[in-house]
Amino acid sequence: MAVLKVENLKKHYGKIQAVNGINLETKEGELLALLGASGSGKTTLMRMIAGLEQPSEGDILIDNVSVVGIPPRHRNVAMVFQSYALYPHMTVRDNITFPLKARRIPKESWDKRIEWAVSILSIGKLLDRKPTKLSGGEKQRVALARALVREPELFIFDEPLSALDAQVRNVARAELRDLQKRTGITTMYVTHDQLEALGLGDRVVVMKDGVIRQIGTPAELYDKPADLFVAGFIGNPPMNLIDRGDKVLGVRAEHLMLHEKGQTSDAGITLTLRADQREYLGSEWLIYGFEDNEIRGRVVVRLPQDQGEAIKTGELSTFFAERRHVKYFDKASGNLIE
Amino acid sequence: MKAWIRHAYVSIVDNDRRLGLAMLGPAMLYIIGFIGVPFVIAILLSFSNATVGDPSIHHFVGFKNYLEVIHQPQFLIGLRNSLLITFVTLAVLLVLATIEVELLVRKFRFKRLVQTLLILPWAMPVALAAIAWLWLLDSQFSPLDWIFRQIHILGPGGLFGPSMHFYYLGRTDLALGSIIIVNVWRMLPLAVIIVLAGRLSIPQELFDQAQIDGAGFFRTLFRITIPALKSVLVVATLFTGLLVFGDMALVDLLTSGGPGNSSQILPYWAFLQGINGGDLGAGAAVALFLLPVLIAVAIFALRYAYGSHED
Repeated sequence: MAVLKVENLKKHYGKIQAVNGINLETKEGELLALLGASGSGKTTLMRMIAGLEQPSEGDILIDNVSVVGIPPRHRNVAMVFQSYALYPHMTVRDNITFPLKARRIPKESWDKRIEWAVSILSIGKLLDRKPTKLSGGEKQRVALARALVREPELFIFDEPLSALDAQVRNVARAELRDLQKRTGITTMYVTHDQLEALGLGDRVVVMKDGVIRQIGTPAELYDKPADLFVAGFIGNPPMNLIDRGDKVLGVRAEHLMLHEKGQTSDAGITLTLRADQREYLGSEWLIYGFEDNEIRGRVVVRLPQDQGEAIKTGELSTFFAERRHVKYFDKASGNLIE
Repeated sequence: MKAWIRHAYVSIVDNDRRLGLAMLGPAMLYIIGFIGVPFVIAILLSFSNATVGDPSIHHFVGFKNYLEVIHQPQFLIGLRNSLLITFVTLAVLLVLATIEVELLVRKFRFKRLVQTLLILPWAMPVALAAIAWLWLLDSQFSPLDWIFRQIHILGPGGLFGPSMHFYYLGRTDLALGSIIIVNVWRMLPLAVIIVLAGRLSIPQELFDQAQIDGAGFFRTLFRITIPALKSVLVVATLFTGLLVFGDMALVDLLTSGGPGNSSQILPYWAFLQGINGGDLGAGAAVALFLLPVLIAVAIFALRYAYGSHED
């Protein structure tokens, strides 16, 4: 089990700054999710850690040893690509054996290692098949077995679930989580899907434009977003951001409730909205509305079934949020005001 | 009836069958007129005693032309040389094309210039190329000989001395070697373009994965790249192979089959017999001799290429 440390890492292609000063450190055996939209630099960061790209500046350390300049074949980092990149002309068995051969691992240990990886991923029946004869989920398991068999210090997953059907994806996600916990290998998981990042990651790194906006547990990101970008990115629906002069008020849809008597402004904030749209979600309602005389900043409120039904579109309703659920951001810098 | 319906009409592009026929038609006419008809005539000629002076094919002589051709010594020499030149050229081509493609997929300075230079042999007219090569291989003025003399391979005291010249086109083995080298030089761009297209269609992630799995250059080349290129290499071999086998211009320009008949090849001999010698029947027989074999090779190779694709 290894600790990965990235120090002031930069990568530019000509004038384009793909990664612009990244600092992060994993904990031993942790699953660190790297969340960002396409173009945020997360894939470039991964490729530098794997050794497929050379950093323009900065350092990458695995267990306090710098690996910059060391080719991928001499780093013990395994990577699973989005397409799984199985070797098409080789059987599943040959695919899994390939890293052992390539890394000149003594033959005596092959059988034991292969058996171990195969049993963990239960792909014993697939060993003699070619990749074209496998389903998406099976391909993923084979790719994982191939990564696992060399007992890497570090796992990198590059959007490994995005090629799967929605139904298979949920199962595969749980399996990935389980696999990571059982092997205890430090893992970086790259994704643009916040559900995956929040559901899988022990901690989540939010990236935008080549820099880290926040690192934290899923709960920290959700409850205490570091800036307006994270607040507006994490959560579905994302945090309501309401203009208050030089500050921006942030409050989650589920923290707004119908105002009741006795809820004073000491205990929290009130918000009077004219509802313009309602969405029925079964157990609850999403109410969309605007503050009166204010056409900017639509606000979403999540209400239980009976309360949501009572809201009429076009009418004014008053909502209340407890003080502890209300965040303020500095409008100029975008940062959270503690 | 609505107004627009009266203005609507069905044109030829709305009918797939007719459109297909219209678009294929010119190509079909071309193939039938310039390949199909001469091909049938060649077969008929090979069974007749037609000559340039009397090119009628009324008089059939059965397999007489074929039997006569086989019994001439040039036939075996030509057959052997044709096969030898084709196989050695292909072997060298495959190695060089693979190396060149691996070079061209990498990024380096002046890559565009190198690409242009490497394609030149294909763009150059055969006659022009032949002049350059005839000079390079000249018995008296060859600059290659001069270089070899400078580094003491030729000349008094040299490795191949004391002769001052190699006489590239005047000695059987060197003549065949020269033909092979010029063939390789000419065909390499075509082979490279075919293989390069195949190489670029292999997803980059496969190579990234191989790197991460710990494979070095040669393991990646032999275990990942070449297996993935298998079908493309078969196609490239087939194309260049048929071109080399069927070409007579190069031998005509370089050695004219000499010295003696020692660098004779079947296509050139067919030309000498049929056109220069005036015996159309014998020429056609020589030209058609290996047709069944070539067709079988082509079918086998293409099937193999398609088969490995579906796998």
